[in-house]
Amino acid sequence: MSLLNTLPDYVLTTKTDELLNWMRKSSVWYMLFGLACCAIELMHTGGPRADIDRFGASPRASARQSDLMIVAGTLTLKMALRTRLLYDQMPEPRYVISMGSCASCGGLFQLAYSVCDGVDKIVPVDVYVPGCPPRPEALTEGLLKLQEKMMTERWLSRGNRNGEQVTAA
Amino acid sequence: MEPLAIYQRIKERFGDRVLEISETRPDPFCVIDPAAIVEVTRAMRDDGELAMDCLSNESGVDYKDRIEVVYHLFSYRLRHGAVLKVKLPRDNPVVDTLEEVWKSANWMEREIFDLLGVTFEGHSDLRRILMPEDWVGHPLRKDFVEPLEYHGISTVRESPIIRLDTKKK
Repeated sequence: MSLLNTLPDYVLTTKTDELLNWMRKSSVWYMLFGLACCAIELMHTGGPRADIDRFGASPRASARQSDLMIVAGTLTLKMALRTRLLYDQMPEPRYVISMGSCASCGGLFQLAYSVCDGVDKIVPVDVYVPGCPPRPEALTEGLLKLQEKMMTERWLSRGNRNGEQVTAA
Repeated sequence: MEPLAIYQRIKERFGDRVLEISETRPDPFCVIDPAAIVEVTRAMRDDGELAMDCLSNESGVDYKDRIEVVYHLFSYRLRHGAVLKVKLPRDNPVVDTLEEVWKSANWMEREIFDLLGVTFEGHSDLRRILMPEDWVGHPLRKDFVEPLEYHGISTVRESPIIRLDTKKK
């Protein structure tokens, strides 16, 4: 008989890393960051029908209170510099979802003189959601994929946040 | 009043300041001496028979040997419209601003300045409006060459979409 089975029923056991990850993934606050028509789908996703709030994600109006940046729309070169600034303002750990064709690669507008071909030239991207624009279901799936990724992180073990061993320099 | 009748009316009043009346269908236009554009448009606004109370569009075109600024005027009171053009030299396009005639010219002239490099004499706030402030060049000029990078952001596409017009080049 192990020690766990001697505990009373109201005591639950888990790993600290998993508890931290579970808490973190259950309150992903995303920044209000609509750049073009994808922003309409982003609003639908936060609205009552798709209701991304079921998964703990709610919009924040400030980069300094956000965990997640959903880049929703065409990223122009003028906006690209501001995007980098906003990303730098977000507290770590921070995540980026690239929503739609334009944010992922420039999409329909990639040959235009003013368009940055993909937000991954500016900031690291965790999840790419394809579509033009993606339906709210697709963005919800993107958030679930991000939550899966967050659950694999290891914060307390020695190594980087993905659990890989880091060799001492 | 029909457009051609409008052009005849300003031709009678301004004589050789009206350089050319074109009867092309469906949009006849007339070409005005750039030095007289403010005078002519103000007269068209104040003339009770014309009453051009709205500058519905102002835009620019690069024809490789010249730059044209196109004015689309409209009268809400009399329900008729007119198209005026001025032809400017390509190396130093300068024309007087229409800001004092119609306030709405402000942003449209900034856009023409931004994209085509036309200088509007007497404009209150002639800055770039769409492109970044530190952008070099005017993108809608036919000889504009897109820079390879902007603030370290590469504008070269790794896997561009297939161009349909390659045969023309």
